[in-house]
This record gives sequence, structure tokens and C-alpha cells, in this order.
Amino acid sequence: MATENEQLLEQAFQARIDADEKIEAKDWMPEAYRKTLIRQISQHAHSEIVGMLPEGNWITRAPNLRRKVALLAKVQDEAGHGLYLYSACETLGIDRETLLDQLHSGKAKYSSIFNYPTLSWADIGAIGWLVDGAAIMNQVALCRTSYGPYARAMVRICKEESFHQRQGYEIMLTLSRGTEAQKQMAQDALNRWWEPSLMMFGPSDKDSPNTAQSMAWRVKRFTNDELRQRFVDITVPQIEFLGLSLPDAGIRWNEADGHYDFSPLNWDEFNQILQGNGPCNRQRLKARVKAHEEGAWVREAALAHAEKRRQREEQKQQSAIQVA
Amino acid sequence: MSNNWPLWEVFIRSKNGLSHKHVGSLHAADAAMAVENARDVYTRRNEGISIWVVESRYITASSPDQADSLFDPANDKVYRHPTFYSLPDEVKHI
Repeated sequence: MATENEQLLEQAFQARIDADEKIEAKDWMPEAYRKTLIRQISQHAHSEIVGMLPEGNWITRAPNLRRKVALLAKVQDEAGHGLYLYSACETLGIDRETLLDQLHSGKAKYSSIFNYPTLSWADIGAIGWLVDGAAIMNQVALCRTSYGPYARAMVRICKEESFHQRQGYEIMLTLSRGTEAQKQMAQDALNRWWEPSLMMFGPSDKDSPNTAQSMAWRVKRFTNDELRQRFVDITVPQIEFLGLSLPDAGIRWNEADGHYDFSPLNWDEFNQILQGNGPCNRQRLKARVKAHEEGAWVREAALAHAEKRRQREEQKQQSAIQVA
Repeated sequence: MSNNWPLWEVFIRSKNGLSHKHVGSLHAADAAMAVENARDVYTRRNEGISIWVVESRYITASSPDQADSLFDPANDKVYRHPTFYSLPDEVKHI
């Protein structure tokens, strides 16, 4: 039970949030706020580094050097984004090792989108355009989130992310204007990635129990459905520009609402993937754990090397003192 | 301590004439590696021309709980601000 003192602290905390003040690492915060942030930021960080896997898969098979350097730079950015987010998460008093353990043991989640396979080169275009596009929609909103270190990480990420989406759309544009087979490849990628991209925004508001509290704390600034609708509204004209068919027969301009309608999403599939039964869940986690374990000797060697250098430096200083 | 690399805070000078600014943190085995990692992580798009790193445990920070007592003494010293002194409009350049 919250003591009277805690209730006062909580009221003062909410007043700061309501005044749009940022909360910083050492400020008092309710335990539930800290927990929510650790969960959300670490999921976000995990998504960045697991997200490197489906794309990294295509680096060696990029069709030319221009595409290859762009994809390499994009995948390197994702690693950087993961690091900004892990750093932000660590300010909440949890260490990196624990965060990685939670990912590797399956206790922590990452975005379900990365459990789909990348079957053709067009998937790299569709991911940059749709998956990064959906992520940007989310992340731009999070630049104003109430926790300072998270908001600052988001600002950096958003600055870097827009090249990801543009390079993806450029790939789709090139394929759409190419041979019939290339156009078909683009259409197929769009069809497969469309619905999973819309599900990236999370469950519908009515099925999202954490949304109300997260909105009150201004951890979230918009609901899942608001962001999803915004994404559909800006993306449909981009599909039309490519000259591809709409991936959902239910997409229709709704004059009264001023938005595009779209079909209900397959939340059963989403829940199956969350539970670990997606097409690539096991493969992704296995690759992640393998990379971590096989890198263990590098981390140990670097520490041993640093220690040796420190001792050598110390000896040098000692003998300098003796000479003097 | 286990086999974990310590945490470092990173400060970047974006161009000469500006001070170094805190940009975030990272893990590294030693200072040299911290600088290299900071280069890769925080300056991939010409964000800086100089990097400082310092191991996080060497930073002493003031406590937010004591912010009131720490910064209160400045609150009532309005005479430290130029607007405290009223001068006639006719006086120029002051």
C-alpha cells in the first residue's frame, strides 16, 4: 500500500508530467513508471538489434554496390539505435547484461515484425519503406515522451531514420518501373509486409490495457489506432504512385471521416507470433544468442588487454618515480 | 565485477567554438576503445570533431532531492540581474 508520503510524491510527479516537464534519470518516479519504461525502451532496443538480422541476410546479395553500401549503412544504424536505447534504458537502473539476458531467454519481447522471413530483394525495399516508415511514425511521436533520456535517444534516431525509408522506397520504385517480373516481385513484397507493418503499432486501443496509463504519464503521446490510421493515410498514396495494386481489398477513401478505411487485422497471427510461433522466431533468437556467445571471447580478451595495458602503464610510472 | 565492460559517458564537440556536450553513454574495455566506439556510434554523420569520454563512475552528480536547498540561494538575489537596476530611458548603450 502506498504510504501518504508516496501519494504526495506521486501527485507532485503527475503535476510535473501535466506541465510537460521532462523526467530525468535521478528524479523520483513511481515504480510502475520505471517498470513501464524499462519494458518499453528495452523492447525497442531489442527490436533494433534483432531487426538487423532479416536485412543483414541480404547484404551479400544486394544487386549492386550502391544498394550494398546503403544497406550496410542502414544495418549499422540499427546497431547504433539499439545502443542509444540500451543506454537510455540503463539510466533507469538496470544493466546491459540483464537486458540482454532477458532478450536471450525469451523473457523480453521485440517487435513481432522481425519474425517474418525476407524472401526476395524486394523485401528489403518493402522493409525500408513500410517497416521503417511505421517505426518513424511511432518514433516521431516518442520524441516528446516524458522521460528525458528516451526522448533524446528518439531525436537522434529520427534524424537518422529517414534515409532508411527513402532508400526502401527507391528500391520499390526501381522495381515497379522495371520488368514485369521485377514489378511482380515488388507487389508480392508489398502484399506480404503490409499487414504485419500495420500490426507494428500494437493491438487496437480497446485491447491495449496499458495505453491509458502510458498516455497519462505521457510515455505515449498518441494511441496505437491513431498512429496506425495516420500511417495508412500517408502510405496509400505512396502505393498508388508506385503503380502497384492495393494490398487490401478493404482500403477505401472514407469521405466522411477524411481517412482511408482498411480491413480488420489478423490479430490471431499477431498473438501467435508474440507467443513465439511466428515463421522465424526460433531462427532469430538462435542467431542472436549465437552472436552473443561467439563474441564472448572478444569481450574477455578486450578486458584482459585493457588490464595488461593499465599494469604496463603503472610500471612505467613506478620506474619513472624511482629514477627521479 | 564480472566480465562486463564498464560504462562510459560520451561528450562531443560538434565544431570549434562550441563546448563539448553530453550525447549518451556506451560500454568499452578501456578509454581508447571508448573513444573508438564513440566515433562509430555518435559521429556517423559528421556530428563532431572532438570526443571526450569519462568512466561513468567518476562523475559526481548533485541530487535532485536536494535541488531546492542547492539552488534556492540564487532565487532571492534579484540584484544579480541587470533588470534590477532602473535607469532613465535617455541613457543609451547600457
